[in-house]
Amino acid sequence: MIPESFVPHLPALQIVLPLLAALIAALVRNGTVGWLLALVVSWLMVPVSMAMLGAVLDGGTISYALGGWRPPLGIEYRVDAPAGYLLVLVSAMGALAMTYAPRSLASEIPVGKRGLYYSMYLTCLAGLLGMAITGDAFNVFVFMEISSLAMYAMIAMGKDRRALVAAFQYLIIGTIGATFYVIGIGFLFASTGTLNMVDMALRLQDLGDSRPAFAGLAFIVVGIGLKLAIFPLHLWLPNAYAYSPSVASAFLASTATKVAVYLLLRFIFSVFGVDQTFDDLPLTEFLLVLSAAAMVIASAVAIFQMNVKRMLAYSSVSQIGYITLGIALASQAGLTGGIAHLFNHAIIKACLFFAIGAVVYRCGVVKLDQLAGIGRKMPLTMGAFVIAGLGLIGVPGTAGFVSKWYLILGAAEQGLWLLVIVIVVSSLLAVIYVGRVIEVAWFREPGPALAKASEPPFEILAVTWALAAGTIFFGIFTQYSGGVAGDAAMVLLDGIGPSDATPLLTRDELFDPTVSSGHVETGGGETGGGETGH
Amino acid sequence: MTSETLIAAALLIPFAGAVLIAITGRIPNLREGMTLLTAGTLFAVVVQLLVRVLGGERPELKVVELFPGVDIAFTLEPLGMIFACVASTLWIVNSIYSVGYMRGNNEPRQTPFYVCFAIAIAGAMGVAMSGNLLTLFLYYELLTISTYPLVTHKGTEEAKQKGRVYLVLLIGTSMCLLLPAIVWTLAVSGTTNFEPGGILAGAGLSAVALTILYTVYVFGIGKAAVMPVHFWLPAAMVAPTPVSALLHAVAVVKAGVFSVVKITVYVFGIDLLSESGASLPILYISGATVIVASLIALNQDNLKKRLAFSTVSQLSYVVMAAALATPAAIIGAALHIVAHAVSKITLFFAAGSIYTAAHLTEVSQLDGLARRQPFTFAAFLIGALSIIGLPPFIGLWSKWWIGVGAVDSGSLWVVAVLMISSVLNVAYLLPIVARGWFAGPKPEGEKLHEAPVPAVAALSVTAVLCIVLFFAAGYLLSLAEMIDTPASIASASLGGAHAR
Repeated sequence: MIPESFVPHLPALQIVLPLLAALIAALVRNGTVGWLLALVVSWLMVPVSMAMLGAVLDGGTISYALGGWRPPLGIEYRVDAPAGYLLVLVSAMGALAMTYAPRSLASEIPVGKRGLYYSMYLTCLAGLLGMAITGDAFNVFVFMEISSLAMYAMIAMGKDRRALVAAFQYLIIGTIGATFYVIGIGFLFASTGTLNMVDMALRLQDLGDSRPAFAGLAFIVVGIGLKLAIFPLHLWLPNAYAYSPSVASAFLASTATKVAVYLLLRFIFSVFGVDQTFDDLPLTEFLLVLSAAAMVIASAVAIFQMNVKRMLAYSSVSQIGYITLGIALASQAGLTGGIAHLFNHAIIKACLFFAIGAVVYRCGVVKLDQLAGIGRKMPLTMGAFVIAGLGLIGVPGTAGFVSKWYLILGAAEQGLWLLVIVIVVSSLLAVIYVGRVIEVAWFREPGPALAKASEPPFEILAVTWALAAGTIFFGIFTQYSGGVAGDAAMVLLDGIGPSDATPLLTRDELFDPTVSSGHVETGGGETGGGETGH
Repeated sequence: MTSETLIAAALLIPFAGAVLIAITGRIPNLREGMTLLTAGTLFAVVVQLLVRVLGGERPELKVVELFPGVDIAFTLEPLGMIFACVASTLWIVNSIYSVGYMRGNNEPRQTPFYVCFAIAIAGAMGVAMSGNLLTLFLYYELLTISTYPLVTHKGTEEAKQKGRVYLVLLIGTSMCLLLPAIVWTLAVSGTTNFEPGGILAGAGLSAVALTILYTVYVFGIGKAAVMPVHFWLPAAMVAPTPVSALLHAVAVVKAGVFSVVKITVYVFGIDLLSESGASLPILYISGATVIVASLIALNQDNLKKRLAFSTVSQLSYVVMAAALATPAAIIGAALHIVAHAVSKITLFFAAGSIYTAAHLTEVSQLDGLARRQPFTFAAFLIGALSIIGLPPFIGLWSKWWIGVGAVDSGSLWVVAVLMISSVLNVAYLLPIVARGWFAGPKPEGEKLHEAPVPAVAALSVTAVLCIVLFFAAGYLLSLAEMIDTPASIASASLGGAHAR
């Protein structure tokens, strides 16, 4: 599928293509051209990330020295199993979102801004993929800012004027989060003298218990916690998801928080390692309590939301609790559940947002009581909503059950029966908030506002149903969800050992052009920040 | 056909039927034809399987590995065979009845009704054939979800509210209790497969832990409606009567008690239960449910509600029999699944036929109605006598075997419960019939005004079945005796008549 000569440069292509396309889209500023560009690039990302994942699963970690500067001095793009899976997830979600986008977005954003939206989307995609692919702690910050700034703009383009406030809220909180993160990186750089994650991990092992390093970790966890909306740092999320354009809600809900979770995994398991984070620091207790609170409280709040998109947003906060719960368990089963839920929730929540987006496209309503009888007018759309809703509840046979099973198993293994109760109670709350929508949508007579409602255009329906089918598929063929997550969990739990390190280069090798693993364009200024640190 | 194909067919035919019904929804005659065709085909497949199971075979089908060591897998053993036979046979009868009822009452949205019905049957077949706890759980939930739209079918505020009770109670108990119990079982025994003699025997759980686990299982299976998780059943009576008849007297509730019996025999093993006394709390609770639910039934004026509480009481017979944990009681439990199914479906059919023909729902309104609906009331009488447990009706045999099981285990008070319950059955069922025939003023020139023909035909068939099965109980018994209780394992290993 991909020409042989491209293969060594795939990691760079993954970032450079969307970034260049974003630039072109911004210059052209035409909605149609922007969409075509975004569509093509998004779909190109899928085989690229799949090829890398395939290579990783066959032959181990891919390390790519950006600009020919070999790590740990230069910026390293590093793809291992967890990163590979995340890249596939983000690029697949981007491709689906762009397939869904044109008509839905046209109904929500004025003509003049559409080109800019696609430019922002592409920038955001590059940033998210970059966070997943880079092996350099400071480079993560750069990509984090790239994606976040683009996200603020995407959210602000929502039809509702409250989108502006939502975007501003997120801007403030997101910036605080990024600042915390970069302060944490500062502490770590001061302690270890390196920014390369693998190198940092090895030096931290030598360092032993170091107060500055732990302070750095604390800053990083809080900073990322703001980004991934860990309870109670989630305040930006409900408004941001509720008032942004439908396509943006679905894309962000399924990717942005997931990438942040991935970063948390990286720092806890790879950079610091299980021994330090869970034995020396009270991270388990900290995460367990917050996760349990998220699962119960956010679900309870979701029950009382009248705006369906807001309800889904609160549901996201609670589902993120499941993921962090898996991290806190720090066992093979628990982490498998957490990572599996990262993927499953992305699919499920995207499907729900896409289904509601279809309703918004056809009828322009998102309030629960306005949706009365919508199921009878748009049975296929709401049918997909029901399937994904069952996945959210965690009914067996759906993807949601797979992750919940592993989480319950992980909690039971450690004798945390209280946690088992929290998991099932949260599922029960999900029954209520999903059931409310289903009841209104299917068992009430359609009101006059929906008289002309009908099924959405083909591409919207196809994308929604592809995800609904995925919800079932990954619930039955669990080797692709649970099994894959198990592999990733194993990689993370093993941590980083000396064998992962790239040997330091001698002076001769450093300046020897034949040694470098590839020469490509560095893709502009985003790499500059990383290099000034050295 | 291989046995694997047959199992796959039995699981997929109802789904295929659901699709066909949805496609042909615009043409009612064709749609109902599809329902009957699907029911008939399913029945034929189940009969094929029955022949093989009676021949000593245990058909198996493994579909896909869900988690390491846990598959979606199916094994058809005699107990599941009995349940599958009951569900598939009565689906045909019920489909005929539905045609009469739904058309007679001009019910709206009939296509979704038949679609959900077919999916619910698929759920029941899956429960019957499941080869491990997780597969059982999967289909158990499918059954809950597919019947929820049937409960809320009317779309009124009351129907929606009852639907909420139904959904939250059934999903709630299964998620909060059944699922943790399954995980616990997996954690201690390393498997979730149903195996003769049970899988917990060697797991080293203390008697207290076993007691807790058994109790959690029984309450986790909310469909068995052991008090206090029985509320959903009277609430579900808001559904159209064919739903009450097949699902809330047969498929759904029987899936519940069937699961209890299956877990008793194939997860715990009755030796382990009787040695540890782990089932004693459930024995007492289900015994109390039998009596209390009957007492509540006495005070219900709404006919369907009265039948619902009668169902709660009768379901606890099966749970009680399972909790007795003796081979004879397990046979009694298996027989009672059949006996109560045919008897109670007759009573519900009669209630629905009264509603269709006379639009009456309360017992106090039925004075003299039997003169206008003699067939309906005759069938009701037969069903009632069978529930009470008189010969020559099938209800006698199950009570007989449960009684024998109680004596075996030395729990004589269970026999007393059975007797008191029978008296209460007489008190709440027979007055309905008496009212119909004897109360009210003497009629003058009253004409016959029965429900539509399909409905009357269906309830006559099930009434006749109550009698036929009394005489044909030998076949049932030979099947029930093949259930892997230690006694039958012993007789098989000794080269006995029921060698597997």
